[in-house]
Amino acid sequence: MSEPRHTLHVVSGKGGTGKTTIAAGLACALATRGRRVLLCEVEGRQGLAELFGVHPLEGDEERRLTRTPTGGSVYGLSIDAEDALREYLDTFYHLGLAGRALDRFGVIDFVTSIAPGLRDVLLTGKVYEAVRRGQKGLPTAYDAVVLDAPPTGRIGQFLNIHDAVSGIAKVGPIRSQADSVAALLRARTTIVHLVTLLEDMPVTETEEAVAALAPSGTRVGTIIENMVSPSPFEPAVLADVAAGAVNLSVPGWDEQRNKTLAGEFAVEAARTLEQQVRHDRLLRLGLPLVQVDFDPLGVDAESLFAIAEQLTDQLALEAA
Amino acid sequence: MRAQTPHGHVHAAPFLDVDTLIGDRDIEIVICCGSGGVGKTTTSAALAVRAAEAGRRVVVLTIDPARRLAQSLGLGELDNTPRPVVGIDTTHGGSLDAMMLDMKRTFDEVVLTHSTPEKAEQILANPFYEALSSSFSGTQEYMAMERLGQLHAQAEADARAGRRGWDLIVVDTPPARSALDFLDAPEHLSSLLDGRFIRLLLAPTRGPLRLMGVGFTLVSSAMNKVLGSQIIADVQTFVRACEAIFGGFRQRAEETFARLSSSHTVFLVVATAQRDALREASYFVDRLTEEGMPLGGLVVNRVHDSTLDVSAQRAAALAEDLEGTQQLEAEALRRHADLMRVAEAESALLDRFATARPEVAQTKVPALPSDVTALDDLRQVGVLLAEKDD
Repeated sequence: MSEPRHTLHVVSGKGGTGKTTIAAGLACALATRGRRVLLCEVEGRQGLAELFGVHPLEGDEERRLTRTPTGGSVYGLSIDAEDALREYLDTFYHLGLAGRALDRFGVIDFVTSIAPGLRDVLLTGKVYEAVRRGQKGLPTAYDAVVLDAPPTGRIGQFLNIHDAVSGIAKVGPIRSQADSVAALLRARTTIVHLVTLLEDMPVTETEEAVAALAPSGTRVGTIIENMVSPSPFEPAVLADVAAGAVNLSVPGWDEQRNKTLAGEFAVEAARTLEQQVRHDRLLRLGLPLVQVDFDPLGVDAESLFAIAEQLTDQLALEAA
Repeated sequence: MRAQTPHGHVHAAPFLDVDTLIGDRDIEIVICCGSGGVGKTTTSAALAVRAAEAGRRVVVLTIDPARRLAQSLGLGELDNTPRPVVGIDTTHGGSLDAMMLDMKRTFDEVVLTHSTPEKAEQILANPFYEALSSSFSGTQEYMAMERLGQLHAQAEADARAGRRGWDLIVVDTPPARSALDFLDAPEHLSSLLDGRFIRLLLAPTRGPLRLMGVGFTLVSSAMNKVLGSQIIADVQTFVRACEAIFGGFRQRAEETFARLSSSHTVFLVVATAQRDALREASYFVDRLTEEGMPLGGLVVNRVHDSTLDVSAQRAAALAEDLEGTQQLEAEALRRHADLMRVAEAESALLDRFATARPEVAQTKVPALPSDVTALDDLRQVGVLLAEKDD
């Protein structure tokens, strides 16, 4: 494989597309044969804890969320901007009393809330630190880090660290932190995955996100089409079904039942055809498309491994 | 015409009757809230259309509608001003205006209204203002509230002057990171802009207490060390320029809160029958209840159901029998089996919600075969919203 192994996977997608689920599935897919993968969330929602059915991830703890059937481990980290800033100040400035005064005067809240881009620098800074451990070969290193990033509407801004802080920091420690993070995000070992449903609005947002990420220099690796219902039939057949031009005759069923089933099937066929149109739109982006099948039973910790398997089959997942 | 739920479950939840709600002239504000991707905007728009055609004079404030939905409301672009929606049936005396929130412009207007031209210019050019007005995570929520306050004031002024203005405002809330943002953001923003740190920056030399003086020295030297003096200077300029409007922020946030907790407002929590959407909905319901906000009930979008009384297991078994001989029938049955599984899972989740919160009224909107893009689609959603479910 000519590509370097990706050590940072950034997962984004419109709300409701299953971004967190896919990020978790990807982390499981990457955690093979003794590998350690860190799965990070940055929006304070405790979505990872909910998904894996464990108690909330607090502070800077990196707790194991699951062992994968392929013999690896996925760890979880919930990154909080204010905690990150306190930790950053402690590590680099040894502020002690002054640090506590900053907190007491609401400075921590103030700067993480309104200083342009600072929140994002802090959040990605923690991710940067986790990835760097691997490069430095520390014992707490991870083989890969998966970031459940903000939704597509905000992803361009989130990853465009360089621009984000240019308004406030032209020199100084924040600037250099931002530069290090920006370099990591542009590195060939970093890759973005955009999760979408095959519906109009999520596809539109995916197209917009690809455009928004172009100037950041961060590479979009794959588009992941989630909750796809594949069909064994050709479009022409589906079109006939959708148009109600096909009669069904399930043995032993009366006409009414067969008609009802045909009606239901027509709606499903129309939806499959629409999904095909969205898929064709995504093809025009010129990026690899990966499909994850719709699971009628819903998503839980176990179904993540099924998603992981589908991702492994379709992505060249550096399993070697 | 609605079918029974797969197991013939009768939900304990009372029915949320949206027609009674929009027919109640005492209700002046309807707020639709919920997590991202559950169809809040569609619900808001459909309710607004239905209310207008039932005779209410409605304005709907949307946040970030899908482009084609926006077009169906005649909203070609983001322009922050209510525009009449063409094609509404006005025979019952109603009307519909729609607008899309432009949060930056709303914020700019607040600044321009509440400060002198020179100060306004200073504020608008400051990098901190730039960030606050475009990327602070609570600004969108805050500005939605600000705009709601403005629309409501205009409606009241019209009423006082005897003009036929709006009598119902439907609000679609921003796609919050979490359900709580919407309620917390205004308070957070006003406390930021009105907080201890700001007061300190504004009057560093007037420190009334020694302790505070010591604190300030510590803080300012730490800030200088970490952020650099240029940033501090920017913040100070920003804060000084903004001084006049801070008080206003807090006051208006409080007024909006008071208005929202009155009997003229009703909150609708929007969800889908998915685990995470319902979890967010629960948080929201609990929080609204805690805050004494008037909760109308829960709208559950995209509910799956079937009129064909054949279980998932039976359909799957039949599909297997027909595999290889009757491909179309086999596939149709497999799809039906999937649909029944989805319907069963959703029904179980909704039952659980209803059991945990039996007082919350619900209405269900079935999954539609295609995207909602035209006024007629919104009418259809309105019918489904109003229809009794079981």
